[in-house]
Amino acid sequence: MTRLPVKKTYKLFIGGEFPRSESGRTYLAEDQNVARASRKDVRDAVRAARQAQPKWGGMTAYNRGQVLYRVAEMIEARRDEFADLSTGAEEVERAIDRFVWYAGWADKLAQVVGSSNPVSGPYFNFTVPEPTGVVGILAPAEPPLAGLVSRLAPPLVGGNAVVAVASEAHPLAAIELAEALATSDVPGGVVNILTGHRAELAPVLAGHMDVNALDVTGEDGDVAELERLAAENVKRVVRGNRDGQSAWEAAAFLELKTVWHPIGV
Amino acid sequence: MGGGGLGPPGPAEPMSKLDRRGDRAPIPSAWEYAPAPESREIVALEERYGSFVNGEFVEPRSGEYYTTIDPAREEPLAEIAQSGPEDVALAVDVARAAFENGWSSRPASERSKYLFRIARLLQERSREFAVLESLNGGKPIRESRDVDLPLAAAHFFYYAGWADKLEYAFPNRRPRPLGVAGQIIPWNFPLLMLAWKIAPALAAGNTVVLKPAETTPLTALLFCDLLRQADLPPGVVNIITGDGRTGAALVKHPGVDKIAFTGSTEVGKAIKRELAGTRKSLTLELGGKAANVIFDDAALDQAVEGIVNGIYFNQGHVCCAGSRLLVQESIYEPVIEKLKRRLTTLRIGDPLDKNTDVGAINSRQQLDKITELVDSGKEEGAEIYQPPCRLPERGYWFAPTVFTNVAQSYRIAQEEIFGPVLSVLTFRTPDEAVEKANNTPYGLSAGVWTEKGSRILWMAERLRAGVVWANTYNRFDPASPFGGFKESGFGREGGRHGLEPYLGFDGAEASGG
Repeated sequence: MTRLPVKKTYKLFIGGEFPRSESGRTYLAEDQNVARASRKDVRDAVRAARQAQPKWGGMTAYNRGQVLYRVAEMIEARRDEFADLSTGAEEVERAIDRFVWYAGWADKLAQVVGSSNPVSGPYFNFTVPEPTGVVGILAPAEPPLAGLVSRLAPPLVGGNAVVAVASEAHPLAAIELAEALATSDVPGGVVNILTGHRAELAPVLAGHMDVNALDVTGEDGDVAELERLAAENVKRVVRGNRDGQSAWEAAAFLELKTVWHPIGV
Repeated sequence: MGGGGLGPPGPAEPMSKLDRRGDRAPIPSAWEYAPAPESREIVALEERYGSFVNGEFVEPRSGEYYTTIDPAREEPLAEIAQSGPEDVALAVDVARAAFENGWSSRPASERSKYLFRIARLLQERSREFAVLESLNGGKPIRESRDVDLPLAAAHFFYYAGWADKLEYAFPNRRPRPLGVAGQIIPWNFPLLMLAWKIAPALAAGNTVVLKPAETTPLTALLFCDLLRQADLPPGVVNIITGDGRTGAALVKHPGVDKIAFTGSTEVGKAIKRELAGTRKSLTLELGGKAANVIFDDAALDQAVEGIVNGIYFNQGHVCCAGSRLLVQESIYEPVIEKLKRRLTTLRIGDPLDKNTDVGAINSRQQLDKITELVDSGKEEGAEIYQPPCRLPERGYWFAPTVFTNVAQSYRIAQEEIFGPVLSVLTFRTPDEAVEKANNTPYGLSAGVWTEKGSRILWMAERLRAGVVWANTYNRFDPASPFGGFKESGFGREGGRHGLEPYLGFDGAEASGG
């Protein structure tokens, strides 16, 4: 007798858990029924991200680096599954190495981005980078895994929490990544991944008053409307590289804080 | 700081004339000052000014002018061009031509030397600029002379040195200028904001079209004269005057590569919406509602000085003003008492008088806005205190104001007043202080007063603000990056970081805006 395989239900990743869309909707992508998130799911994801961010951002940079390195380990462990869901082994290796590369940046960004400032007076003055907060990501349509990883890792290494909308046409790699993240040491809520219709979700994320930055790298078309929505709470709108790595990609999700103190006895 | 040793006042001193409190030495109840006005003769004004385009003052195409006034006397000073879209277009074209015909390809060391020259000339002519700044803007001459002018000159001097060292500021990133920078500045620090905008833009190799604020164009126009004196090539810096419509035309012009705006959050958002989809680079330095947090172990007298400087400096027309005072409950009474007492010694009046601490409100419109918000504070139930002071009959004035019994939800605790109005709130624990300090949409600046070093750093980590002043307030320096979190804007001015908004970098690299 042949065994009946157990089929996976493709769900959202919010607050470290895998809920169905509250709307109960799904859509067909890559021959699978995938959860089709609603605006309420976006709101839940933003709430989870906001709640998780202070702990993630407050962690020592050394720890954050280790946690991100562990993500690379988790992807490596599932490399065959990822290869099936992406363009192949090469893309998976790129994604793994990218997490490793960014993991190494965690405790170096402040030294490259920050400064101590020689002001004209008896003051000690220094500038340090801090996470922007909650970052909304519209992941590139392709490559399905490396594209998402390229946009996810830069805000994460700086201590931000993210809400990412996966590639609409190729969401399965994103869901697989969510499962890898859930088994890693990244605290629940730091990464939230939504699948669904981009046109429906992007404006909600862009206009959300508790999202601090919006990454539109993955948007192919005109982003004018998203930018207009983002203006409402002065979101930082970031355009980066959809499949590359740079410290400046991470710096785009950092705020600079300058501290003054008098020097005296 | 022992209180003893002074002894009781001798019998020769009539007690009635002395105000004696606790351990203080007796001081007269009021100091008499003779007026010490700075002469305005050093300033020679034209009757009418065109915009400064291609090294020349040009008439506006429309022939339309408006009158700029002295807000302390409500007297007209000069006629100023109301530039329209055609005037803006001309200035942008000229700036583009200057950019392409040599400015950007000129040796960086030459750019550097022009900026050094400008810095030196500003130092040389600082009295003239300071008097004009106070005349047109209403700020005390003591501040324009000791703060605005030295800092403006220092800003040019600082960025002069960067102009030929950009590859050290951004190693391996191959920095290049963006092109034409459109810059719009506010009326609170007219010349200093001009310096903050123009110095890094030129150091990075851009050319500039700058629009000064409608009410305070005169030092920017005098600066044009200085540029000619410095032999800056025509078209590298163009100054176009006018109201908000002129600014809007500059923002919309397709020939502008970068917009830098300092002003209200409302206008900043409108600019961001306007630029949506254009890929023009943008930096915004917007409003604030900073908390000045004072703990029970702070050096109270110093802290009170800092609080006063934080909110009454420049009539409170400061985006990073410490407009919310968060006092730890256990020291609420002594702090309020000291604060009120200090307020009675502030001298309000003629901006050109060297004794003046608080000058005139910049415009009728701003005075109305302050009055409206202060009325709302009274209506919502806050308790108002203003020291007894005589305000001049002519001009725009507002007495230094403290509100106590303020709830976080009151408009005076949430909205930027941009006037000499302080809202006092209290807290018990450091956590509560952080939560209240961060509880506005803004995030420009914050202050902390405590003698405990570890607490300073703990607070500094948690305050969501671009600048944190600990045991000091309202300090500025060209080497120190300035700019906001959240709805206070993005991008930094000052320091190495202040160059970045005016540069492009080769290759794929994230860009914000």
